[in-house]
Amino acid sequence: MLNGIWVGMIAISIFCAALTGRMDALSQAVFNGAGEAVQLILSIAGAMAAWTGILKIAEAGGFSRLLERLLKPATRRLLPEYKDDPQVIQAACMNLTANLLGLGNAATPMGISAMKAMEKHSSSRLTQGATDSMIRFVVLNTASIQIIPTMLASLRAAAGSASPLEILPAIWLTSLAALSTGLITAKLLEGRHG
Amino acid sequence: MDKIASFLVPGCIALVLCFGCFRRVPVFSVFTQGAKEGLENCLSILPTLVGLLMGISMLKASGAFDVLSSFLEPAMKSLGVPSDLIPLALMKPVSGSGSTALLTEIFSSNGPDSFTGRVASVLCASSETTFYCTAVYFGSVNIRNTRHAVPAALAADAAACVVSVLSVRLLLP
Repeated sequence: MLNGIWVGMIAISIFCAALTGRMDALSQAVFNGAGEAVQLILSIAGAMAAWTGILKIAEAGGFSRLLERLLKPATRRLLPEYKDDPQVIQAACMNLTANLLGLGNAATPMGISAMKAMEKHSSSRLTQGATDSMIRFVVLNTASIQIIPTMLASLRAAAGSASPLEILPAIWLTSLAALSTGLITAKLLEGRHG
Repeated sequence: MDKIASFLVPGCIALVLCFGCFRRVPVFSVFTQGAKEGLENCLSILPTLVGLLMGISMLKASGAFDVLSSFLEPAMKSLGVPSDLIPLALMKPVSGSGSTALLTEIFSSNGPDSFTGRVASVLCASSETTFYCTAVYFGSVNIRNTRHAVPAALAADAAACVVSVLSVRLLLP
């Protein structure tokens, strides 16, 4: 899938650039984009390392076991293949909590830790592709359910909004609808292969 | 509200540390172990990120978004989506910084409290950067066969697009 998307992205760009006469800009964009990736990693590496460190303390100190117990009803359904693997479930719970609190730069490192733990658990099956639980976990993260979107609120306040948070109910409704659509679509497509 | 938000990160860290100290965990050495893992994870997602951002930067420079949005405009209009939002809806799954730039543009041209400004806010807050998220998560464990992950995530994005218009109509008359 990722192969096809990548080739598609590049083919469409070259086609469109030829059509709109932006070949010069396109050739610059190739290496600008690659450079941006390295800059991005450099700028988030510190936060990634710090949050993964906090995650380890939470695991060792039992804080994530508390979250695990609180979120059990959700994780049992979301990640049934890993429900008996505390490493997966605890990292996933920390990721869910970070998402809910709107801590975007904490959610990613914790999500990656959860993916790594899932990989370790089912390494023998991964030649056939991602597991159903992994896909549900990623869909959940792309839909990002957050209680208070702090980033957006500050952007709105900076733009002079009279009430930056009046849109909260609409955001909750929309993320819930998006998340359910994503999870239902994943469920429907599950049987096709693997 | 801002006060609460600024307590969030220090509060979470304090809570985790309290648990750790209470259970007599050697917190600093555990932290550094985790930090090392975090840095290794950064390295493991970097190749994926280089490929992805290269493709996205090419897409942006080629004008493909303009071509696509003018193509989609009639269909979106019949669904009641304001035409200013189409580039944002297309950019949102692909690039976080790109969609933030478009959002601030909409704020300054339409105002944050206009219908378009509100829908744009809802759209931006109700989904993550889909391609970034899928590429990074699967890239970190070296899975190339992502099966139905991308279609499902894009279905969620499409739903967010439609429901953001509906919910602003419904909840913020």
